[in-house]
Amino acid sequence: MTNALLEVEDLKVHFPVRKGLFQRAQTFVYAVDGVSFQLNKGETLGVVGESGCGKTTTGLAILNLVRATSGKIRFKGNDISEIAGLPVPDQMRIRKELQIIFQDPYSSLNPRMTLNKILHDPMKIHGLYPGSERQDRIEFILKKVGLTPEQGKKYPHEFSGGQRQRIGIARALSLDPQIIIGDEPVSALDVSIQAQIINLMVDLQEEFNLSYIIIAHDLAVVEHISNRIAVMYLGKIIETAPVAQIYHRPQHPYTRALLSAVPIADPRAGRHPIILKGDVPSPRHPPTGCGFHPRCPECSIDCDIKPPELRSLGKEHYVACHYA
Amino acid sequence: MTELSNRTKRPLLEVDHLHTSFHTFDGVVKAVNDVSFAMNTRETLGIVGESGSGKSVTALSIMRLLKSPPARIEKGRILFDSIDLLEISMSRMRDIRGNRISMIFQEPMTSLNPLFSVGNQMSEMFVRHQGLTRREAWNRSVEMLEKVQIPSPGKRAREFPHHMSGGMRQRVMIAMALACDPEILIADEPTTALDVTIQAQVVDLMMKLRKDYGAAILMITHDLGVIAEIARRVIVMYAGQVVEEADVISIFEEPRHPYTRSLLKSIPKLGDASTHGRKRLQEIKGIVPSLADLPAGCHFYPRCPHADPICRQGEIALEEPAVGHRVRCIRHAGL
Repeated sequence: MTNALLEVEDLKVHFPVRKGLFQRAQTFVYAVDGVSFQLNKGETLGVVGESGCGKTTTGLAILNLVRATSGKIRFKGNDISEIAGLPVPDQMRIRKELQIIFQDPYSSLNPRMTLNKILHDPMKIHGLYPGSERQDRIEFILKKVGLTPEQGKKYPHEFSGGQRQRIGIARALSLDPQIIIGDEPVSALDVSIQAQIINLMVDLQEEFNLSYIIIAHDLAVVEHISNRIAVMYLGKIIETAPVAQIYHRPQHPYTRALLSAVPIADPRAGRHPIILKGDVPSPRHPPTGCGFHPRCPECSIDCDIKPPELRSLGKEHYVACHYA
Repeated sequence: MTELSNRTKRPLLEVDHLHTSFHTFDGVVKAVNDVSFAMNTRETLGIVGESGSGKSVTALSIMRLLKSPPARIEKGRILFDSIDLLEISMSRMRDIRGNRISMIFQEPMTSLNPLFSVGNQMSEMFVRHQGLTRREAWNRSVEMLEKVQIPSPGKRAREFPHHMSGGMRQRVMIAMALACDPEILIADEPTTALDVTIQAQVVDLMMKLRKDYGAAILMITHDLGVIAEIARRVIVMYAGQVVEEADVISIFEEPRHPYTRSLLKSIPKLGDASTHGRKRLQEIKGIVPSLADLPAGCHFYPRCPHADPICRQGEIALEEPAVGHRVRCIRHAGL
C-alpha cells in the first residue's frame, strides 16, 4: 500500500557494546530487530510489549532521535530514515510533522522555561505563526489542552503531573504535526488523572485529524485508544491486527499469555493467567529460532531452529509463529 | 476506644485513629489523617489509593520505619497482639520487624543491599531472629530461595542483586519477608515495578505461599485489578483518610463513596473497547489535593460529582451503613 502516511520497513537498531582497550564493538544489543508496519491517516497504532522489547527504541528511531542501523522509514512516500544527513531546512520540515509525548512529564520539560516559552520556541525555530499570530496560537493550544492562557506565565514545577502531561501534549501540538508518538503517555499519572489525558488525546485526534503511535504496557489503555495493535517481543513484532482481533482472537502464544496476565478489576472474574516461565531473555543474546521459544508453553521441535516470519492470517491479522 | 474492641475476637492488628504528619519547611503535611482499621489472622486486606493517599505512610508507621524528623506520629495506637507498637522501644521493635511483621517494597533493587550477596543478606534474618549459626542460616536461605521458585538456588544465593532481574529480586524480597514465618506480611506495591507477565508470576507465587505460610497479608496498591484478585476486604484511601471499607465484592459491585464509584468508572477495562466500541472514559475532574493544604470538610469535595455545600461543614465521620461496610460521606444514603 502506498497511501500509508508512515511506513516502517525492516527497521533495525543495534546498539554496540564497546569493550577493551580500543573500545571496539564486540557485541550488540539487538534492541529493534526487523520491525515493519504502516500507519494510516487518522489512525492509532498501539505498540505493546514488556520492558526491553524495543517499543520505545522503535519510536525514537522513527523520529531519528536514535539512529537506525538499517531499514527504511517512509513518511508520505519519502524516505526519512537518513534525515540526519539531509540539509537542515529539509530535516526541520520533516521533524515538524512528527512529534512525541514523553512518559515522564517531570523530566521532559525544561524547568527554567515558562509554559509560554516552551510553546513559543519551537514555533520560532520553525518560523511558524509569525508576529502576533504566535501568541494567539499559544493561547489557542493552551485552551485546547485544558489549560488557561494565564497559566502560560508559570513554570513546570507549578503544575501537577496531569497538567504537566497536558503541557507535553501542547508542546507536541504546537507545530501542527501529522503524527504524534506517545511513549507511555499516561503511565506516570495517577489512576484518577489517566482518564482525563486519554479523553483529551482522543478529542485532539478527532479535531486535528492526527495519527498516533501509542507505545504502552497497559493493555487496557492501549485497547481503548487504538485501532490496530502491534505486539513486540525481543525487538520484533510478533503479532499485529485490528484491536478486536488481538483482544478476542489472539493467535501468538505470547499475546495470549500477555492478555491473560492482566489483572481484571472484577472480583468475580476468576481469571486463570497463563504463567510464563522465567524472564525475557537479554536482547544481547537473543535465543535462536523463535525469540519466545524458551518461555513458550506451546514450544515445539523446530521452534529453536527456524525463526518464524510475520505471515498473514487474513483480515489484516499477521502473526510470527509456526503453529498459530 | 472504638467500636473495634466490641467485636468478640481480638484482631491481630488494630490501627486506631492514626495520625502521621511530616513537618517540613513548607508546613505540616498530614499524610495520614485519622486512619483506623483492623486485620484478622490469615486475612488478606487490600489498601487501594493513589499517590499521596497515605497508604504507604500507614504501612511505614506500622513498621516504625519513618524517619523522625520530619515524620511524626501525632496520635493513635497500633496494636499488634496486644502490644502497642508505637509505645515499645526500638530494640523490641527490631525483634518484631522482619520476624513477626515483615514487609516487601515496591522497588526490589533499592531495597536489597548491592554490596552483599543475596544469601548473605538473607542469612542475617535467621541469625538475628532465630539465633542460627552462619552455616545453618545459609542453608535455610537456600531453602527459601527454592521455595520462591528461583532456579539453582545454591548458585543464586552467592550472587549479588545486580545479577538478577526485577522479577527475581522481588522473589528474593518475598523469600526474605517470609523467612521467619511472620504473622503479617505488608506488601507495598509489590508488582508495580514489574512487567505484566512477571507480575502474574509474582502474584501467583504470593497466593501459593499464602496457603503454605498462613500469614495475614496487607496488600497496598493503586491497581484495582490486583486488589480485585487478591484481597478479601478492601480499604479505599484518599488524601490521608479511609473513605470506604468493605468486602471486595461490595467495593466493586456496590461502592458507596463517590470517589470509589468515580475511580471504578474511570479505568478502561480490558476487552471493553474491542467488544462494545470505544466509549468516552468517565473522568474525575480536578487534581488530587495537596496534603499541606487540604480542603475543609470532605477532602474529595472539589472533585465530587455530588458535592453539596453541607459537605464542607466540618470533618466527615466514617459511618457504617451496613455491617462491615464503612463510608466517609454524609450524602452516601441519597446517592
